[in-house]
Amino acid sequence: MSNNEHLLQFSIPQLLRWRVAESPKRTALREKDYGIWNTYTWEAYYDYVRKTGMGLKALGLGKGDTIAIISDNIPELLFVAIGGHAIGAISAGMYQTTMPAEIAQIIQYLKVSVVFCDNQEQVDKVLEVRDQIPHVKKVIFEDPRGMRDYMSDDWFVDVRDLFKMGDAAHAKDPDLFESLVDQGKPDDVCHLCLTSGTTGLPKGTMMTHKNYINMGVRITQVDPLEPTDEYVSFLPFAWIGEQMNSFGVAMATGITINFPESVETAMSDLKEIGPHFMFGAPRIYEGIRSEIWLKIDQSYWFNKLMYNYFIKIGIAAAGYRMTGKSMPPMLQFKAWLGKQIIFRPLVNQIGLLRLRRAYTGGAALGPELFTFYQAIGVNLKQIYGQTEITGIAYMHRDGDVRPETVGKPLPGTECKIADDGEILSRSPSVSPGYFELPEKSEELLEGGWLHSGDAGFIDENGHLVVIDRVSDVMHNNKGEMFSPMFLENALKFSPYIKEAVIFGNNKDFVAALINIDPIVVGKWAEDRGLSYSTYMDLSKKKDVADLIMEQVLDVNSRAEKEHFKIKRFALLYKLLDMDDGELTKTGKIRRKFVQERYQNLYEALYDETVSEKEVEASFQYQDGQSTLVKTRIAFYTVKGV
Amino acid sequence: MAHLQISDVTLTFGGLKALSHVDMAIEPGLITSIIGPNGAGKTSMLNCISGFYHPTKGEILYKDKDLTHASPHQVSTMGIARAFQNLELFSGLSVLDNLLLARHQNLTYSLLQATIFYGKAARVEAENRAAVEDVIDFMELEPVRKHMVGSLSYGFQKKVEVARALTMDPEILLLDEPMAGMNIQEKEDIVRFVMDIQKERNITVVLVEHDLGVVMDISDRIYVLDFGEVIGSGNPEEVANNPKVIEAYIGED
Repeated sequence: MSNNEHLLQFSIPQLLRWRVAESPKRTALREKDYGIWNTYTWEAYYDYVRKTGMGLKALGLGKGDTIAIISDNIPELLFVAIGGHAIGAISAGMYQTTMPAEIAQIIQYLKVSVVFCDNQEQVDKVLEVRDQIPHVKKVIFEDPRGMRDYMSDDWFVDVRDLFKMGDAAHAKDPDLFESLVDQGKPDDVCHLCLTSGTTGLPKGTMMTHKNYINMGVRITQVDPLEPTDEYVSFLPFAWIGEQMNSFGVAMATGITINFPESVETAMSDLKEIGPHFMFGAPRIYEGIRSEIWLKIDQSYWFNKLMYNYFIKIGIAAAGYRMTGKSMPPMLQFKAWLGKQIIFRPLVNQIGLLRLRRAYTGGAALGPELFTFYQAIGVNLKQIYGQTEITGIAYMHRDGDVRPETVGKPLPGTECKIADDGEILSRSPSVSPGYFELPEKSEELLEGGWLHSGDAGFIDENGHLVVIDRVSDVMHNNKGEMFSPMFLENALKFSPYIKEAVIFGNNKDFVAALINIDPIVVGKWAEDRGLSYSTYMDLSKKKDVADLIMEQVLDVNSRAEKEHFKIKRFALLYKLLDMDDGELTKTGKIRRKFVQERYQNLYEALYDETVSEKEVEASFQYQDGQSTLVKTRIAFYTVKGV
Repeated sequence: MAHLQISDVTLTFGGLKALSHVDMAIEPGLITSIIGPNGAGKTSMLNCISGFYHPTKGEILYKDKDLTHASPHQVSTMGIARAFQNLELFSGLSVLDNLLLARHQNLTYSLLQATIFYGKAARVEAENRAAVEDVIDFMELEPVRKHMVGSLSYGFQKKVEVARALTMDPEILLLDEPMAGMNIQEKEDIVRFVMDIQKERNITVVLVEHDLGVVMDISDRIYVLDFGEVIGSGNPEEVANNPKVIEAYIGED
């Protein structure tokens, strides 16, 4: 257990300065650019933070002003954020997919005075709503490509010019920056993190320096990291999951953050770096798992044979390992053999061989996935927390990975279950509240405890079990309770199912709208000589429906209670999408919205006489045009329910 | 004085006149398009400029140097690069290798130096790689850098074809139907690249293209060929209102 308790006295810029004193020449950041990994030492990191901080000051930014960041992950993003923190300003991250109207709303709500964009795409969105955001003084951009026509407008600032302004200001008053850094206090608000907004406009959660650093310190007390460890930054910065790594864990431990060349190359860059720990939403792990299955499927017979034999051994061994029990020697030997023969090369192929721990959070992951990853030798663990508690408050311990739980509280975190079953937490990482929403903040922190809005309980091993959102838990018309999320995850464990939406509140039975996985089902269809044109066409195939029926029957056969069984389902003709508002920016289903949007399908699901229905599907293209397509959608009743 | 002056060029194959008394002036820094119905002589014109064909009559001057009888490699060393309509890439090599290969004229080291790969050879290779990476970044080819060209989609291969021409650091880029066979999104993509090539890299672009919408949108100057003759020229508006051009495209009633 590393003793890094003393780091809690610092603000983030102060901690960065401390890192420079500790190890000035060690690599802090690495960015792939022009095909080469370029490094920034801690010293250089701090230099850039100073340039940016002083530059922002020269632009007239000061204590309490807000900088919005809309950018892919690049080092400049951290320079701007921490440079801002150094002069007392507050950063705020926005998702790169945010539409102009929403950008305007958020900028107005958070009272933003400077916006940082990585490229012309984001700049254009800000430009579109310029008249609605008069208080934005400057828009800073990183990539000058396509900005040629904007150069004459002094609203825009090239980040390189900002660095120069910062250098000039620093030369004029060399002591100013250090004194500004000294003024920072750990309890100052430094970042506004937007909550994912399952309902309505996102709220800006106020985060302090201490929130982040405490999180970084506590997590590494449980799972220590070496300063030479590598981390690949590919999560959206606007999500707490990325901030807790770049502001919290990296600062607290001195690990290196690696920035991929582009969003599309993130997975191949990950392979080049071979990170020691990674953190991701469930869909990332679901995606990697599908990729592995596809690779094995396309491999030659010997590999398949080896894989199919050893995966069973691996799963059996994982059962022992996850619970910390000792394995029978024969199994241990076979598991070792499997690891050497097939799983090490396999894991190396996806770049996870050096991985000590992988964390999943943000939403629940199917229990089978944990076993799968543990079986192939990837130590995947669940974490649980909210934005309001800096992302992580509960975590599995090594050798105590119970897939149905989210683990035990981090050191310094207290946990309590309210009378109505809501999970309450208390720790130094709890946010002081929402930006300019005192009523909501009071609700959130009522009685000094953080109200998670999730229902759960603590099991006999002291692990926290999360059932679902308190507001999402459903009851059928007999009053029997069930969790839609739990059933959705059970369905999504099938490689053929990409997304599922469960209904059944106040109804006789449970029904589902299912999205097939275009890649896996596409391959499946190809192998059987089944021709198809579009996703819609593939979803309509009777054979595909039979395939999904098998998956549903399988899920039903494992249902713990009779009323969990899925009685009717339909295959949706399009993938649920963030741009259509069906998923949140972090990929959670907006259940109510989906139900309203597909009201006609919902009604048909609960009318057992309907086996087919003609629907009009409206598609919105990226350029804003939309078309209507008529299609027939079939409804299937599962036998034995 | 125009960048590239084409005067009275005639090209015949036996009795067939592919080009007849063509005059064109390619001004520096502009996008000049050559349009016309199938068989009008557009590609023949590009072939004459790039040295694949030599005009039967007339002359082609590039910055006062006579290109009329220059060979393709001489033309390319003078700063005129070409992206072909039918992809001319090595499909068994990676994108990176294809692009590096296009810079072979810049490899100035000797065989001996290459064998030791130290000093000059290593330095020159690094410089060339840097130049290629700059183009990869510009054309957004990072995700496929190490992929075999033959395994890429047609749209991507077209981008590689344009990138290959760009790695030669040309002053004039000849694009032969870069948008043929593409869907709308891929076309929009390429249009953006063509405009960026002109504006950000200050390269003079000569575009042969069938898609009139695209041509009218981005060209500074247009030449219309029909049966080997220039039947109209000028800015997009002038060309669109030229009765001869309308007739060639729509036909007589």
